[in-house]
Formats: sequence, structure tokens, C-alpha cells
Amino acid sequence: MAHGPAKGISRWLFTTNHKDIGTMYLWFSFAMFILGGAFAMIIRAELFQPGMQLVEPAFFNQMTTLHGLVMVFGAIMPSFVGLANWLIPMMIGAPDMALPRMNNWSFWILPPAFLMLASTLFMEGGAPAFGWTFYAPLSTTYAAPSVTFFIFAIHILGLSSIMGSINIIATVMNMRAPGMSYMKMPLFVWTWLITAFLLVAVMPVLAGAVTMMLMDIHFGTSFFSAAGGGDPVLFQHIFWFFGHPEVYIIILPAFGVVSQIIPAFSRKPLFGYDSMVYATAAIAFLSFIVWAHHMYTVGMPVAGELFFMYATMLIAVPTGVKVFNWVSTMWRGALSFETPMLFCIGFLVLFTIGGFTGLMLSIAPADFQYHDSYFVVAHFHYVMVAGAVFSMSAAVYYWLPKWCGKMYNETMGKTHFWISFVGFNITFFPQHFVGLAGMPRRIPDYALQFADFNMMSSIGAFIYGGSQILFLYNVVATIVAGKPVSDDKVWDGAEGLEWTVATPAPYHTFEVPPTIDPAHAHS
Amino acid sequence: MTSQTSTDYEKYYVPEKSSLAVMATIGLVLSVFGAANFINGLTFGEPGEASPTILYAGLFVFAATLFVWFRTTIRENIAGMASGQLKKSYVLGMYWFIFSEVMFFAAFFGVLFYVRNLAGPWLAAEGEGGRMNYLLWEGFQFSWPMMQTPQEAVGGAASQLIANNGAFASAKQSMSFAEAHHWYAWLPLWNTIILLSSSVTVHIAHTGLLDGNKKKFNLWLAATVALGVLFVILQVAEYYEAYAHFGLTLNSGIYGSTFFMLTGFHGFHVFMGMTMLAIQLMRSLRGGHFTAGDHFGFEASSWYWHFVDVVWVFLFLFVYIL
Repeated sequence: MAHGPAKGISRWLFTTNHKDIGTMYLWFSFAMFILGGAFAMIIRAELFQPGMQLVEPAFFNQMTTLHGLVMVFGAIMPSFVGLANWLIPMMIGAPDMALPRMNNWSFWILPPAFLMLASTLFMEGGAPAFGWTFYAPLSTTYAAPSVTFFIFAIHILGLSSIMGSINIIATVMNMRAPGMSYMKMPLFVWTWLITAFLLVAVMPVLAGAVTMMLMDIHFGTSFFSAAGGGDPVLFQHIFWFFGHPEVYIIILPAFGVVSQIIPAFSRKPLFGYDSMVYATAAIAFLSFIVWAHHMYTVGMPVAGELFFMYATMLIAVPTGVKVFNWVSTMWRGALSFETPMLFCIGFLVLFTIGGFTGLMLSIAPADFQYHDSYFVVAHFHYVMVAGAVFSMSAAVYYWLPKWCGKMYNETMGKTHFWISFVGFNITFFPQHFVGLAGMPRRIPDYALQFADFNMMSSIGAFIYGGSQILFLYNVVATIVAGKPVSDDKVWDGAEGLEWTVATPAPYHTFEVPPTIDPAHAHS
Repeated sequence: MTSQTSTDYEKYYVPEKSSLAVMATIGLVLSVFGAANFINGLTFGEPGEASPTILYAGLFVFAATLFVWFRTTIRENIAGMASGQLKKSYVLGMYWFIFSEVMFFAAFFGVLFYVRNLAGPWLAAEGEGGRMNYLLWEGFQFSWPMMQTPQEAVGGAASQLIANNGAFASAKQSMSFAEAHHWYAWLPLWNTIILLSSSVTVHIAHTGLLDGNKKKFNLWLAATVALGVLFVILQVAEYYEAYAHFGLTLNSGIYGSTFFMLTGFHGFHVFMGMTMLAIQLMRSLRGGHFTAGDHFGFEASSWYWHFVDVVWVFLFLFVYIL
């Protein structure tokens, strides 16, 4: 085996190295984060004031659709796959991912799929404009012809996710160093194992959904047409059977990241490791039986509403276990507040708010008021942005010194955190109020009484968006000219195998598996 | 915690850099881009304008890459580069791939159950979800197989073509057992017999391989592939019968939709499984591959074959019989 990376572009095109592939996933996801962010800025610019100023309503709908799709499938999911690629082999003492060539393929089909998706903006009839949930018949009978390209792009994204997940499952189940039992794995590895299982279970269902759309649009079937004996609501059931596990696919790896970082800066082992593992598994199980809480208002039988309401409320129990465990980990710890820790504490506070609004939304009779309002938008951005994206920022600051052997600028990192934190809350906190007051989501214009809060939201969005440029600058400056770090263990409280290899991490690690001290608890 | 030991560890094979992934990407992307263009051309373009050339080019590149990819993997195994641990990765990969296929079929079976038990009765004003029937399809009667769509049964104001994805053409006869004229002329029964026997023959082939009896292996594997071919031929005959004599098409409403999509995806998977087994047969006959202790390619194909068999049992029950 060659000892170093190949030279030039072929290193990236032809690589089988988990660190190279992880790096490509991370940069690709950041590019998509900027693209999806740009769409969001267009949305917020239009909503700065009531009335129509900048864009046509049809284009506004294309923006909300693409913003959601790009952020979910292009930014958040691949960013955590990138983390998994970098960290799982190093955390379990494996030489690489289990199936390295397939690993490269999983990555390389993503960029063309997003190119195809973005190219729909320039097609006749415009890009998909039916929201990221693409409900039929908006996405079948009334869709622009570009929907066909959208369907095939989703197929490729699903294929990539399934292959990536199979790779992660095979790696975790088969490649752990001798002595690394399941209950000694770092929690990030645990959360990803469960996430990968969710992905393999629900991505094929999404593929089935878009295939039925394709058949309805082009080949005369009537899956989602009541006139032919089908049912448009059936689409929502299939979509959310995928869609609800999908939101846990996004947040579980974030839980894993936070469970690694909070102990490091509390200088204490994670409180309640076992219960963290069981809570993660419980959340994954529950995610399969709660999907219709997204559809309370479509006219389900009351028995269905009640079942999905109670099942949804149950999720608060394992999630609460996690939040209490994180707080207990910090309790009486020797805390220090470097940037990764700040982002994790931000995560903890804001994700909990998002969890509580989720609990409000889970109450079926109350949801009739909240449904499809800006309250929902506020809720899921507290979970997606302050949950997933904040933890992702924490992860980059925490592991970047190990990856590139250089330390980021702490002041700039903290500035990034505080601007993000403030900007985020200015953006999304007021949306709770306009939502409760009745402002619907996905509209380019709104009633005058919502004007002040929307202006606040837009200002906050630009602050939050701008802070990501600072983030990019900090990361690039670190890689190019950061202060070199030579300690294997960059952070004095960090635990785990990835901190036992040299800094920066060599191209190949653990070609011979390490031995794990049987007395040592989980890392 | 990290003292490194090198005692009796068989090195895990991490391949050198490889162009396979990029070639496969080119093939896949050309295929889907070509397919999307072609299908859009058929639906929205001028007659005769749609061209499948890019699709075919993509499929060719993809197939060629897969061929080279599998050949590389097989050669690496023959060269002794694949450790026992790597083989376990392949086993896990195949398990979870089959699980993902199970979930794909689950989506379509879910549609079938939902329509038969919930949406269908609701359309006919039964149950709690049936209140909208008075607005849309008053007088529609639901039964399964649904031989007449609500649009054809009721028509009127609710039959706007644009809102309904066009017109529907009801079938004269369904494919279910209840409507078969003679049990012996009912193709699904023969297909069941064929596919169930093929699961037995592939198992006998496996026992032959485990006994080191390559002749028995080749013979019974060939029999399995032959049964697979027979199944596909009968399935095509059944489709011909549906279209030409029963008037059952993709345009026949939800019954035709579920029937063709479930049996169609299953038939496609049979075709894939048959191809996989045929390749294993070629490997055994021409390359002399497989020993009693090392035959993952065959084993994975046979698992896949058992999987399509199980799917068929469910299809036979829920699409044809019940």
C-alpha cells in the first residue's frame, strides 16, 4: 500500500482513503450549505417587507423548495457522512472503511445529482416549486417538466445514502479493534450505526415514492389520483414514513457529536453512557411509528390521530434522557468554554427549545392551529440549524486540529459562535410569534401585522448567513497558516482512539489494530 | 490503551486508488440524465423527438464498469488478497443490501394494503374517512380488484381530466384466481411452482458445492437458471394476456397500477437474480471458480434468489389469491 496520497486531481477522483473521502464530503456539504443559504437569503430578502419586491411568486416557491432539498440532502446529511468517514475508522481502530471503493462511489455520485437538481432552475417551466415535501398532486399533475430530473436526482441521492450506510454498518460491525465491544464504542459511532440502519430502512421507501410519482406523471398509473382509485394522501403517508426517520437521521449523528465534545470540555466521562445508547435506539424505533403527526389535518380517522399523538409524545422520554445526561455530564465538571463547547452548549439550549415546540406540535388538536404556519418553520429550524448545524460547527472546530495539525483562531471561533447564536435567535425566535398569530409558511407576501417580526427575521438571517463566511475564513486560514499543534491529544480532556494517533492524523491509521485495555470504559 | 501488536493479524485489504467509482458515476449519471430526457421527450415533446441514445450509452458504460469492477474483486480474491475479515464485510454488505430491497417492496405492498383497506372503502363512503364521497364520487361502489375507476363509474363534475392525470380505461378481467377460467391455465400458479422449485434447486446446488461435487453444483445451478428463464417468459406471456385480452393496463386505475408495479419490480428482480446466477454458472464452468470453502459470489446470488422467491410468495397471496 502506498504510504502517502497520490499527487494532483487523481488523488481525489480515484481515492479509496476514508480521510480523503471524508474531506470531500465535508467540503461538498459546505458548498451546498452556501448554495442552500443563498436560496434562504433570497427568501428572507423578499420577506423583509410585505408586498412583492424582488421575485415572482413562482420563483419564490422554487426557492423554498430548493432551499429545503439542498439543505437536507446536500448540506446536513453529507456533512455527517463526511464526519463518519473521517472519524469512525479512527474511533474504532480500523485501517479504513470496510468497502473503500464503494465509499468513493457513494461520494462521487452526489455532485452530479445536485448539478442536475440545480439545473432545473434553468429549465422550461422552472425548478420544482412544490416544497421539499413534494406532495402530490402538486408534484405530479401540476408539476413542471423538470420534476422528472428532480425524481432521478432523488434516486441518486438515495443510492448514495444506502451505499454509504451499508459501508458504515459493515465497518462498525466488522472492523472494530479486538477488545472494542459494542458497549465500549464512542457514542458518535453508536449514533451513526443506528442512523445507518434508519437510512437503509427508509431511503428505499423514498425511492418507491418518487418512482410512483414518475409512473403517475408519465405512464398513466393512478397511485395518487382519487379518480383512478388511488389517494393523494397516500403520498403523504409514504413520504413521511421516510420523512420522519429522516429527521432523526439528521439529528442522531449530532447527538453523537455533542456526546463526544461535552465530556471533553467538562473533563468528566459522559454521564449515563448505557442509557444514551438505549435512548438512541428507542428514538430510532419510535421514529417508525409517528410519521402521521405531520398530517393531522388531512382528515385521518380519530383513532389514527390519537395513536400518532401518543406515540409522538413518547419520543420526549428518550430525548429527555439525553438532555439530562448532557447536563449531568457538565454538572461539577471542570468546565472550559472553547469554541466547540460553546457550540455544544448553544446546541443544548436551542435544541431543547426546538424539542419543546415539537412537543407542542405533537398535540393533535393544538396542531390544527399551528399546522403549516411559521411556528412549524421556527420549530424545525431550531432542530435543524441550532441542532444539526451547530453540532456540525462544533465538530469541525473540535477535530480540525487533529485533521490538519493546526489550531484554529480561538477568538475568531468564539466570535463565529456568538454571531451565529444571536443571528439565529433573531431569525427564528420571532417566527414562533408570527406563526402562532397565523402567518402561513411558504408564501412570498403576508399581512401587514406580521411586518415587524419578519423584518427582524430577515436581519437575523443575514447576520447568521454572514457569520458562516467568518467560519469559512477561519477554517481556510487554519489549514493554510494555522499555528501547528503537535500533541496527539489536542484537548486535554479528549478521550478516544482518534486522539492516540499522531497530529495531524497520518494518511493511514491503525493498519494494525490497537489493543484496547479491557478495564477501560467506553471512550 | 494503544500498544500496537502485530501478532496473528491478517492484514485488511484496502485497495489502491481506483478509477472504478468515477467510471461507474459517469455511467450512472448518463443513464439517469438520458432516461429523464427520454421520458420527458415522450410525455411533453413532439412525436418522434424523444431519443434514448444517452440512456443507452450510460447503461453501456455502467454495465461495462460493473463487469470490470466485479472482475477486479474476483481476481483480488483469487490472488489471496481478501482476508476472512474482508469477506465478512461482503457478507454484511449483501445482507443489508437485501434488507434495503425488502423495504423497497414494503413501500409498494404498503400502498396495496392502504388502498384495499382504507382509501378504497373511503372512496365508497364507508368508514370515518368516507365523508368526502358525497362531494366527489357519490354512488361509487368499492370492491377489489377495482375493475372500474371512480371516474368511469360516476363521471360528472368530478371527472375533470386535468385533475385526474388523464383518462382511465377499465379492465374487462382481473388477474386474480377468482376470475381464472381453469386452474391449470392460470399462469401465476405455474410461476409459483417454478419459483419455489428453483429455490430448492439452488439449495441442492449449494449442497453439491459444499460436498466438493462440482458436477452436481453446475447441473443444479443450470437448472435454477433455466427455471428463472421460464419464469420470466411466463411473466411476459401474462403481461401480454393482460394487455391484449383482459384490457388491464397501467391506465386501468389503482388495480392495474399496483398489479403492474408489484409484479413488474418483482419480475425485474427475478431477471437480475437470474443474471447473477447465470454469471456464477459461467464462472464455475469456464473459470473453474468456487471451492467448498470459498464461494461468496454464488452464496450472495443465492441469497438474492431466495429473497425474490419470498417476495413472490407474498405477491401470490396478496395480489393474486386474496
